[in-house]
Amino acid sequence: MSDVKISGLHKHFDHVHVLKGIDLTIPAGEFTVLVGPSGCGKSTLLRTIAGLEEVESGDISIAGNVVNDVRPRDRNIAMVFQNYALYPYLTVFENIAFGLRARKTPEVEIQFRVKSAADMLGITNLLERLPRQLSGGQRQRVAIGRAIVRNAQLFLFDEPLSNLDAQLRDEMRSEIKRLHQELGITMIYVTHDQIEAMTLADRIVLMREGRIEQMGPPLHLYEKPQSIFVAGFLGSPKINFIPGTVVQTKEGMSLALLEGETVALPNGPFKVGQSVTLGIRPQHLGYAGGSSPIAGEVRLRRTIELVQPTGSRTFITLRVGGVSVMAETNSADAGEPGDPIELSFSSIDALFFDPGSGNALGVG
Amino acid sequence: MNALFSRRARQSFILAGRYVLIALLLFFFVFPIYWLFIISFKTPDEIFHFPPVWVPKSIQFANYWVLFKDGDAITVWNSLVLASTSTIIAMVIGTMGAYSLVRFKTGGENLAVWVISQRLMPPIAIIFPVFLLYVYFGLVDTYLGLIILYTAFNLPYVIWMMRGYIEDIPLELEESALVDGCTRWEVLRKVVFPMARTGLFATAVFTFVFSWNEFIFAFVLTRTEVVTYTVQVTHYFGGQSNFWAKIAAMSVLGTVPVFITVATLQRFLVRGISMGAVKG
Repeated sequence: MSDVKISGLHKHFDHVHVLKGIDLTIPAGEFTVLVGPSGCGKSTLLRTIAGLEEVESGDISIAGNVVNDVRPRDRNIAMVFQNYALYPYLTVFENIAFGLRARKTPEVEIQFRVKSAADMLGITNLLERLPRQLSGGQRQRVAIGRAIVRNAQLFLFDEPLSNLDAQLRDEMRSEIKRLHQELGITMIYVTHDQIEAMTLADRIVLMREGRIEQMGPPLHLYEKPQSIFVAGFLGSPKINFIPGTVVQTKEGMSLALLEGETVALPNGPFKVGQSVTLGIRPQHLGYAGGSSPIAGEVRLRRTIELVQPTGSRTFITLRVGGVSVMAETNSADAGEPGDPIELSFSSIDALFFDPGSGNALGVG
Repeated sequence: MNALFSRRARQSFILAGRYVLIALLLFFFVFPIYWLFIISFKTPDEIFHFPPVWVPKSIQFANYWVLFKDGDAITVWNSLVLASTSTIIAMVIGTMGAYSLVRFKTGGENLAVWVISQRLMPPIAIIFPVFLLYVYFGLVDTYLGLIILYTAFNLPYVIWMMRGYIEDIPLELEESALVDGCTRWEVLRKVVFPMARTGLFATAVFTFVFSWNEFIFAFVLTRTEVVTYTVQVTHYFGGQSNFWAKIAAMSVLGTVPVFITVATLQRFLVRGISMGAVKG
């Protein structure tokens, strides 16, 4: 188990500035997920930690040792690649044993370690097969097996599940999480899938255009996003953004929507007339109950534009403030497009952003 | 029923036509080789007999025996030494060069194009300076001299071909090996060579055949010590008469090694060439 410290890391590819000063500390034993849209630099960051990309400026240290000039083989890390990176000419056993053989491990120990890793992953019956005789999920297990046998101090995953179909992906995700709990090794995992990030991570590092946009525990990022980008990236279905203008009401500063509803604003540097974007997650929008709104409740009376049932939940689309807004409800019978509907949300659940800078405003 | 019969009849007719065509083509391509082999086993009488002797009454090895007795057969050995040594050297250096071009982008795009452009030069263009240079360094009529030249001529081809095959190896396989504890050399040995095996064999065969068939340099740069079989054969074409028996026997000796090589590596060749074709 080792911690990883990264400070002031910069990286260019030709003229493109891919990493623009990354500062990051990953505590030992933690599962950290680097997430972000494609091209945000997350894979480059991971590959730089692995030593597959050179450090341009800044420092990377693993377990207290600066490894900038240490070759990948001497960093004692294990890496799982997106395309499994299995050697097609070697059997599953030899694929798993590859790293051990490269390190001149005694044969008896190789046998023992490969077998116990195979046991752990349930692939003991596949050891004599060639990679081309395996399914996608089995290949991924072999790739993980190759990392496990190594007793590495740090595990790196580069989008390991993106080539699997949805069902297998769920299965392997749980497997990886279980593995982390059993081994307790520091793991860094790159994905562009926010569900993988939310479910796996002890800590999410959300990246954007070569910078860290926000990092912290998944729920913290989900509930207290620092920007429109973070709020929009995490959560499915996506959070609704509704434009509004700050007005002064009897109760204090409020945000007025296009149709006239007002949402109480938290304390913060709001000015009357200022444009503010309201963020409200679909699951916080529900059917209005009771005859009159309770304190802090905002009611929206609209007509249904679109209904999308999924079985357990139903997504209803309506128009608020000139934009499409989605609500997630439990109701199986949500109505038809054109039907009137009254939804409500609590202003406690509302998030506020500056539409110009995209930054979060006030204390939600 | 009638229609079915006629269709079946037509199909048989087409099939028969195809076999006839194949037989004709085979005859056209194989007969000269058959004739060469047959001459090499004939007596002088049979060779000049008219009408021609299509199948000799007995197989006799006198023509070959003469080649071995006079020491002419050593030229096949010379060719073998030159071709295999230069092939091995060109393959080793060329594969490493190709790896460097692909993975480290050595010299950018231009170096790779320059390398292949070297192959386009007609050998005759440099034969004069090479000859003078070799005289100066005492390399005329030595194995070393021809090995250097053949290696130099084959290198661009090896680099170009291997570049294509190495580009096809997923980078992740090598990176995974690097992380797992391999040095670059081990990556080359444990990942690149096995992955590019087909291409290695196919390229090696072509390189070997090129050196094996080479004539012009061998003709100019050998005297007595390392004469190759291609040069030796020309000695049998005289001003007054041609030694057909010797020509045939020597040609057979020169064909057999290539035949064996190609036959053994056939499965690599077919795949290797088609892979190269796709890569362009």
